[in-house]
Amino acid sequence: MQKNDRDAETTNKTRETAAALQKEVPAQPAQMISGRECGNGMMGKQYKLIRCTINGKAVEHMVDVRASLTDMLRNDYRLTSVKKGCEVGECGACNVLIDGECFNSCIYLAVWADGKNIRTMEGLLGPNGELSDIQQAFIDETAVQCGFCTPGFIMTAVEILESGREYTRDELRKLLSGHLCRCTGYENILNAVEKTMKKRLNK
Amino acid sequence: MVVGKSYKRIDAYDKVTGRAKYTDDLCGKDALFARILHSTIANGVVKSIDTGEAEKIPGVVKIVTCFDVPKHCFPTAGHPWCRDQEHQDVADRMLLTDRVRYYGDDVAAVIAEDEVSAVRALRAIKVEYEERPFVLDVMEAMKEGADQLHEDYPNNILKHTMLRRGDYENAIKEPGLIKVEGWYDTPMVQHCHIENFICYAYMETDRIHVVSSTQIPHIVRRVVGQALGCHWGKIRVVKPYIGGGFGNKQDALYEPLCAFLTTQVGGRLVKLDVPREETFVNNRVRHSIRSHIITHLRPDGTIVARKLEAYSDQGAYASHGHSIAAKGMGCFPQLYPCPNVEADSYTIFTNKPVSGAMRGYGIPQAMFAVESHTDDICSRMGFDPVQFRREHLMPVGYVDGFSKNENYYDSFNQCMDKAIKYIDYDRKRKEYQNQTGPVRRGIGMSVFWYNTAVWPISLETSSCRMVMNQDGSVQVQLGETEIGQGADTVYAQMTAEVLGIPFEMVHVMTNQDTDITPFGTGAYASRQTYTAGFSIHQTGTLLKERVLKYAHDLTRMPVANLDICEGNIVRTSDGRVLMSLGELAETALYSLENSQHLTAESTAQIKTNAYSFGCSFAEVEVDIPMCKVKLLNIVNVHDCGNLINPALAEAQVHGGMSMGIGFALSEQLLFDEKTGRPLNNNLLDYKLSTFMDHPHLEAQFVENPEPTSPFGTKALGEPPVCPVAPAIRNAVLNATGVPMYRIPMTPHQLFERFSEEHLFEEVDG
Repeated sequence: MQKNDRDAETTNKTRETAAALQKEVPAQPAQMISGRECGNGMMGKQYKLIRCTINGKAVEHMVDVRASLTDMLRNDYRLTSVKKGCEVGECGACNVLIDGECFNSCIYLAVWADGKNIRTMEGLLGPNGELSDIQQAFIDETAVQCGFCTPGFIMTAVEILESGREYTRDELRKLLSGHLCRCTGYENILNAVEKTMKKRLNK
Repeated sequence: MVVGKSYKRIDAYDKVTGRAKYTDDLCGKDALFARILHSTIANGVVKSIDTGEAEKIPGVVKIVTCFDVPKHCFPTAGHPWCRDQEHQDVADRMLLTDRVRYYGDDVAAVIAEDEVSAVRALRAIKVEYEERPFVLDVMEAMKEGADQLHEDYPNNILKHTMLRRGDYENAIKEPGLIKVEGWYDTPMVQHCHIENFICYAYMETDRIHVVSSTQIPHIVRRVVGQALGCHWGKIRVVKPYIGGGFGNKQDALYEPLCAFLTTQVGGRLVKLDVPREETFVNNRVRHSIRSHIITHLRPDGTIVARKLEAYSDQGAYASHGHSIAAKGMGCFPQLYPCPNVEADSYTIFTNKPVSGAMRGYGIPQAMFAVESHTDDICSRMGFDPVQFRREHLMPVGYVDGFSKNENYYDSFNQCMDKAIKYIDYDRKRKEYQNQTGPVRRGIGMSVFWYNTAVWPISLETSSCRMVMNQDGSVQVQLGETEIGQGADTVYAQMTAEVLGIPFEMVHVMTNQDTDITPFGTGAYASRQTYTAGFSIHQTGTLLKERVLKYAHDLTRMPVANLDICEGNIVRTSDGRVLMSLGELAETALYSLENSQHLTAESTAQIKTNAYSFGCSFAEVEVDIPMCKVKLLNIVNVHDCGNLINPALAEAQVHGGMSMGIGFALSEQLLFDEKTGRPLNNNLLDYKLSTFMDHPHLEAQFVENPEPTSPFGTKALGEPPVCPVAPAIRNAVLNATGVPMYRIPMTPHQLFERFSEEHLFEEVDG
């Protein structure tokens, strides 16, 4: 459920670019160090120290102020379930949960993650490595083909499921419409999300 | 039986946990970043390139221009190499070019330590061009005086082929014939796999290693060798999981350039990650085709003579070239056989992005033309579209003289019957007669023709290797590639079936590596399950023979009285389990008397081909004043032979239907008439189907076993996209009485046609 899609009147290609860009910058300004002071030697680079929680683990990290959250998660933490499909907030493949809400991490600056709780698909496994219900449902419903859009969809599904609300199939379509998929025709993805929602609600 | 059951995909766990690694996930962090400088004119020549300012930008490692690359022309199409020079793909590409043929042509490349520096350098490079007039339209491109894109192709015609049957000119003289004529245009669309094209390259010893998001690793190895002018064995290509291909990655895209770039920086790791905007216009697109069809019929519906002219827009370079238009033309005389046929197809260069393979390979375009025309005939002559098809479609027993394909079953009628029942066609067809309001409903249909694999036009070969482990489980390797469709899972099922072992005991090695994987030409022509079936059956049989021979040594039972069932060596006469396959395999490996590594490897050359047929039925609601089509209901029915994995087959059909819906209603690449610049090469402005644009997608099957296949199976990958657009178009015709001649049927197009047909006046009145 991509930010702002819920209230959009026209749903084809609703995008959250503006919403993400207007997201507030962390209240406490993070420490800023130039690249040279970091010993990096790269001209023009500036770094900030950020503190955030990634998949339940508190981390402190120096980030390039120009880097997207996608870059930080993929390059620095090797959370490669966060996929790059367009890098301008159009396809939804890089979607992650930030404080429980979905964002396209490609248009979310890494520095904005300061103080935030970030979850990626890697964080869904249980303590003994067991699959979550929604991951299992994607397998059972044949909702996975090439698998490139899958992590983004699953994280939006997590947001939907964690709302504890029951939605109709049409509402689910709208909530999931911030993601593009070229393999599945969305059919089995919808089935996977709906079945998991009903199971959680004991329906 | 392992075949025929909906086993879960063997890669699904990895894909829902993030463990599945795609090209970018595997690339080392020390990679240099390469970016390409694309031309800002649509036609002309690069006079000079000034890289002075760009080279001063910190982080820039190397800039290579079109004047620095080796002058080896190479072909890019993902076809098997043809040893007959006459039939080789056109070699008209170079790594970078000073002869710019479309807006965005590749003129230089930057290698930098990071992406930002690379992009800054691109902006700082100064290119001086000599511009030439450009042409975007195929008809204009063929005219005298149009600028010639390639010297050897006068009038910009890459190829013209024709097909003649009977005597068209004479046949149309018969008195009383009714002539139905139409032009049918399909748009340039793009594959839009969610993973953009990406590759990286590095050198070890004196070899170049390329890791690429490709459908055709072995073909890419050959093309990189050709482009660099080096021995093909010096190149190694690795294909990890790929995020969709749909034919775009059935071309050598930027692997040759990336391989060259690593040689320019001492073999350092160079990554070429193509942005979405460039994937749209600098990879491949679907051929836009203009088709002109004339049919002459007797009043009873007998088809006396038919004519087709097809003009296929190749864009700037040959790529798959005329193969697409030729395949489309091939179905024309077959689908509705007729004694007098004149067909001509032309493939024409224009100053636009390069057209290549895309799911359906010319058939979605051909079906839009042919099946729209069929409904135009019915609407003009008052026939029911289903009944007309029942009477005139390719009959059972039809044999195509060229491919030797036979229509073994009554698939068309069986598929149509299922669709009619599902969508309640007869009742709705009646209900939607004589509507007059501003919002009207309609129901329409289309069949499709598809040909599995490429024999006899091209080589069909499949190689397979099976290696048994200590526990009796088996590794399987094939040259046919998993690209998201689920090929690996059905290979595991087929292997388990042939060997007599449980599904879980088969390990398909999904990552392909041209140094290790047996030779194969890759994923295209909906051939994976069909062609791999031959080599899996043959190799599995060989391995089983070896296993049973070893079992004979251990048990002293004759081989004829032994079999493998559910992973055990069984005496067939009484069904007694003599030992597990694991016991046998462990013994074989570690035996001090007779140690054997139980393996098998073989190549199957396939000299058959198989028709794959089916249909699509669609129901729409048309809001005439708003010029909007809403798809209410859609069903595809396919006869692709026996289903190896029904759930995966159904999922394939969903995806194809989705692509067909976009093709019918919303997708098209647009270009600025004044500059040739692409206008909507991003996922916001290019409207591929979203979650909101579909009704429920119903996929059904008729399973007539294909006699030529060891597993009774045939094409399903591409077919689902083929009949969708004409079915929707014919539903719009049924709703409004207005035949649409151009897709996508956007409000723009509908407004134009509704105005021409005075539909607004009818509604207002």
